[in-house]
Amino acid sequence: MVEVSMTVNGKTVSGSVEGRTLLVQFLRDDLKLTGTHVGCDTSQCGACVVHVNGEAVKACTMLAGEADGAEIATIEGMANADGSLGTIQAAFQEHHGLQCGFCTPGMVMSAAALLKDNANPSETEIREYLEGNICRCTGYHNIVKAIQAAAANMTPMAAE
Amino acid sequence: MYNFDLVRPSTVADAVAALGDEDAQALGGGQTMIPTLKQRLASPSKLVCLSGIAEMTGVRSEGGQLCIGGATTHATVAAEAGSYPALAEMASHIGDPAVRNRGTIGGSLANNDPSACYPCGALASSATIVTVKREIAADDYFQGMFTTALEEGEIIREVKFPIPERANYQKFVQPASRFALVGVMVAKHADGVRVAVTGASENGVFRWKAAEAALNADYQAASVDIIDASADGMIGDIHGTPEYRAHLIKVLTKRAVAAS
Amino acid sequence: MPKDSGIGASSKRREDVRFLTGKGNYTDDINVHGQTYVHFLRSDVAHGRINGIDSSAAAAMPGVVRIFTGADFEGVGGIPCGWQVTDRHGEPMQEPAHPVLAQGKARHVGDPIAAVVAETAEQARDAAAAIEVDMEELPAVIDMAAALADGSPKVHDDLTSNLCYDWGFVEENKEAVDEAIKGAHHVTTLELVNNRLIANPMEPRVALGDYNAGTDEHTLYTTSQNPHVIRLLMGAFVLGIPEHKLRVVAPDVGGGFGTKIFHYAEEAFCTFAAKAVGRPVKWTSSRSEAFMSDAHGRDHVTKIELAMDENGKFLAIRTDTMANMGAYLSTFAPSVPTWLHGTLMAGNYTTPLIYVNVKAVFTNTVPVDAYRGAGRPEATFQLERVVDKAAREMGIDPVELRRRNFIKPDQYPYATPVAVEYDTGNYDATMDKLLEISDHAGFAGRKAESAARGRLRGFGVCSYIEACGIAPSNLVGQLGARAGLYESATVRVNATGSISVMTGSHSHGQGHETTFPQVVAEMLGIDEAQIDIVHGDTSKVPMGMGTYGSRSLAVGGSAMVRATEKIINKAKKIASHLLEASEGDIELANGAFSVAGTDKSVAWGDVCLAAYVPHNYPLEDIEPGLEETAFYDPSNFTYPAGAYACEVEVDPDTGKVEIMSFAAADDFGNVINPMIVEGQVHGGLAQGIGQALLEAAVYDENGQLLSGSYMDYAMPRADDLPFYAVDHSCQTPCTHNPLGVKGCGEAGAIGSPPAVVNAVVDALADRGVTHIDMPLTPSRVWAAMNG
Repeated sequence: MVEVSMTVNGKTVSGSVEGRTLLVQFLRDDLKLTGTHVGCDTSQCGACVVHVNGEAVKACTMLAGEADGAEIATIEGMANADGSLGTIQAAFQEHHGLQCGFCTPGMVMSAAALLKDNANPSETEIREYLEGNICRCTGYHNIVKAIQAAAANMTPMAAE
Repeated sequence: MYNFDLVRPSTVADAVAALGDEDAQALGGGQTMIPTLKQRLASPSKLVCLSGIAEMTGVRSEGGQLCIGGATTHATVAAEAGSYPALAEMASHIGDPAVRNRGTIGGSLANNDPSACYPCGALASSATIVTVKREIAADDYFQGMFTTALEEGEIIREVKFPIPERANYQKFVQPASRFALVGVMVAKHADGVRVAVTGASENGVFRWKAAEAALNADYQAASVDIIDASADGMIGDIHGTPEYRAHLIKVLTKRAVAAS
Repeated sequence: MPKDSGIGASSKRREDVRFLTGKGNYTDDINVHGQTYVHFLRSDVAHGRINGIDSSAAAAMPGVVRIFTGADFEGVGGIPCGWQVTDRHGEPMQEPAHPVLAQGKARHVGDPIAAVVAETAEQARDAAAAIEVDMEELPAVIDMAAALADGSPKVHDDLTSNLCYDWGFVEENKEAVDEAIKGAHHVTTLELVNNRLIANPMEPRVALGDYNAGTDEHTLYTTSQNPHVIRLLMGAFVLGIPEHKLRVVAPDVGGGFGTKIFHYAEEAFCTFAAKAVGRPVKWTSSRSEAFMSDAHGRDHVTKIELAMDENGKFLAIRTDTMANMGAYLSTFAPSVPTWLHGTLMAGNYTTPLIYVNVKAVFTNTVPVDAYRGAGRPEATFQLERVVDKAAREMGIDPVELRRRNFIKPDQYPYATPVAVEYDTGNYDATMDKLLEISDHAGFAGRKAESAARGRLRGFGVCSYIEACGIAPSNLVGQLGARAGLYESATVRVNATGSISVMTGSHSHGQGHETTFPQVVAEMLGIDEAQIDIVHGDTSKVPMGMGTYGSRSLAVGGSAMVRATEKIINKAKKIASHLLEASEGDIELANGAFSVAGTDKSVAWGDVCLAAYVPHNYPLEDIEPGLEETAFYDPSNFTYPAGAYACEVEVDPDTGKVEIMSFAAADDFGNVINPMIVEGQVHGGLAQGIGQALLEAAVYDENGQLLSGSYMDYAMPRADDLPFYAVDHSCQTPCTHNPLGVKGCGEAGAIGSPPAVVNAVVDALADRGVTHIDMPLTPSRVWAAMNG
């Protein structure tokens, strides 16, 4: 067993895992953070995307042991401090960017990573960025709309 | 996955020592290795994680070459290999954004997937694979699909890329895996043109020497018109016939020349 | 002015909050104290005789609780089929046994042979690898034509052949159709493949069985579109558990698309094993397992002939199809190529004579069953492809040829020669709307612009009709269904006026939790937020048949309307008492009951309170309480219809097809929530475009699935698809359900594949291409262009 310790959504957590334990298993099974989903086993669907040290990572393709010492953010940490939906989450609801909800946590985490690096992405940039997130319900139309809207809502009204 | 011990060395020396154990295996970014382990197609007793080794990470320039640490992620190469734009562009289209944040150049070259991009980049660039033991020229390094000159426990410390005068990589994606159905990199060096092809051959990445000769004679897309890549030995699968792949090699080579 | 609540409003989805914050409750999120995990050892050969299984070494592995094989299920029923088709000669289909775990033979790669129950999932898998199966590999039957040939190996030794049934429809028309085709001015013939697909909801299937020995009660948590159907099939036919001792819960379900309708062996196993080992048993499918255990879809090989007169008037259609059933009959498999397919062969047209022949075939592949559209996409694809080909052969514009043959608005109700009666529609209207929103008039200019860039541009249209709102029970019973297809609802008004609606429909992405309250709120004139939907638990909701066939609103919503009407009737009685007025004078508006022509009124909440605190209450006339149940069984299917257009560019150097635009003009009748309806269309379009361009489940000759993961099965991604132009303003309300709704879940997947293929063929017509089989991969398109 490997002892791991990391920060998840701002809280320090630790646990004892097997070498083969995946980060997503540690989140779901040990921390009971079941918002991060597993939709495939070939690292393609992106339902498991979380942020590791600020970067989008597929939690099903990273060992829990590799995340020792890292800062992790999951869908459970994306709401505002008062519990209301964050800007990206709110845009997904406003624009019907989700149906069954299973891919949604990964979509939101990928969208957040995109907008962090590119505050005003084009439609093409959004679609290309979502290459690693598969949705079977929405046909992506409203996901792209939601991310465009979130980008617009996150842009500061005036530069300081 | 079968279970294994995970070790996270912070120096190359510690990694090499850890890899001395029987059935120990190196773990780069894990983006191919972990899915492979999930399928139980490998059963290492110990995985030696290379991602925490600072001396194997980063992009630097040295003597006109671009030197990339073996544990450098695709995302970092895409962002920092600006002195070799064709290579940065290649890195920016490997896998997807989350994969690029973990996957490493050393892992990709050590695996030598027949549809991967970096083998194509290394071969076209005439790169040097610097391992913990030696330096290996790209022409000697790639030895057929999933086969390289690496010995057991030998890890890629760095890859040195001569920067060509002109270069371009054309990737035609396989729509499911998003690997290259066929990828072609054309690099025009001071001492000649190199054309490397991935995704197409049952023997993995290779140089299309007929095209190199034609382009050495006259570096323009039309020079490739008069030659054809042979379908012999090309991969045939549900995504494309050998004839189609051979055809794509020519199309993509011309496009790469035109875009370089 | 768009409404902001009630029917017609784009109310935001309330379910989104939990899904967007990681608070969804999917089956794999549920864990029960003391739970064990099962791993299924699955056949790695397509066809093999099991001569013995030695699990002694595996049983001794760490954490193993118990190992099961087919022998453990000898006293247990098999997985049942819910539909019996009668063949051309009046004989029932051949119906093979389908054991929970393979007995004697394994019949497809993925067929479960043994199951290891262990303390952890990894331990179960570790031990499964140590089970030794003495498997004698047999020749596999993969190709349907070969499976029907004399001397073919048989998938099931106890059946006479691999032919499940030979179905003719309408058999009495056969000779007349043959004659009409013989004498026609022109006959267009097309042979085509409707490619095998895998539904791939993003949530893999999960089953968790629990058993309470103290009460003899079983609970199954499962990823299902219809928990009552699972309770019925598994309880009555497999395990012999009466309904009151079997609870089936389908909580948040991450997409279904048909493949989560069916009762699967893993559900029966977990329920059975939980009692056998005395602990809960959980199975979570990996995606790799899903590829070889979820029922697949489509997989038809068809020849269709269309006979016309000199003006292009359709005279007759004859179509012959081989339909793959796979190795066993999945729950509704026999109905898909027959009643869900043959009955739609008239399409939107007045063709007077139609004959449909379907041969259903057993092969050593995963069972094939309903996938989004189920039978109707296969009918629409062949019809709309042959009509397009006919237009070219006749030199008539494809839109014009369709218009010449459309059923006209004054012809409803319209009885087709394939046994269904369309209640209403207006196909010229949706075609007009389509041509407008797709800017058909500007196509020539865009084609020239593409040509200037070296690209080949094509425009393809399709008109479609589907029969959905799957019901009515007495009709489907005659056609072989072994279940009713009504729907249920209980409207429970609480003492303060808030409402819980228990519905037999199941939401797994469709947004019922939002749209169903819109209907009730509209009827009662109260705030949507006062109403919640309860679904997915057989212990909470009345017996219902679940969600598939675009039936939730048309059938389940109608049941809810009926129950709400009962509520209103009773509430009016209470109000008339409180207001001391005649019941006939009571009016309900804006959440208050008033006496017509007066200013006397009583609020909704006060009437509800009176029902539960009946101090001042007509107890001699009516019971206290305010809760009503309705079961709704419609008199006909509903018939959504519409027209779709796709515009593509083909790269002549590589054969790559790019979708430049896609437009959909649908007639869904009345619409409750436009935002959700549009979302349903978007999703259907993506799946249909996926079928046309990307997706294929492909077996090699040995029965190995070559597209057995997302590395080879191409799921549509965001960068494969455009924004879609969708319109649902052409509305001919359904005439026989109280909401006038038709259903919108499947349309997108039905109308889009032929539109895409027609567009690509249009782009390549100058190069002599008349057809390419789906998926239109670059390799195939390039090969077609280059002869």
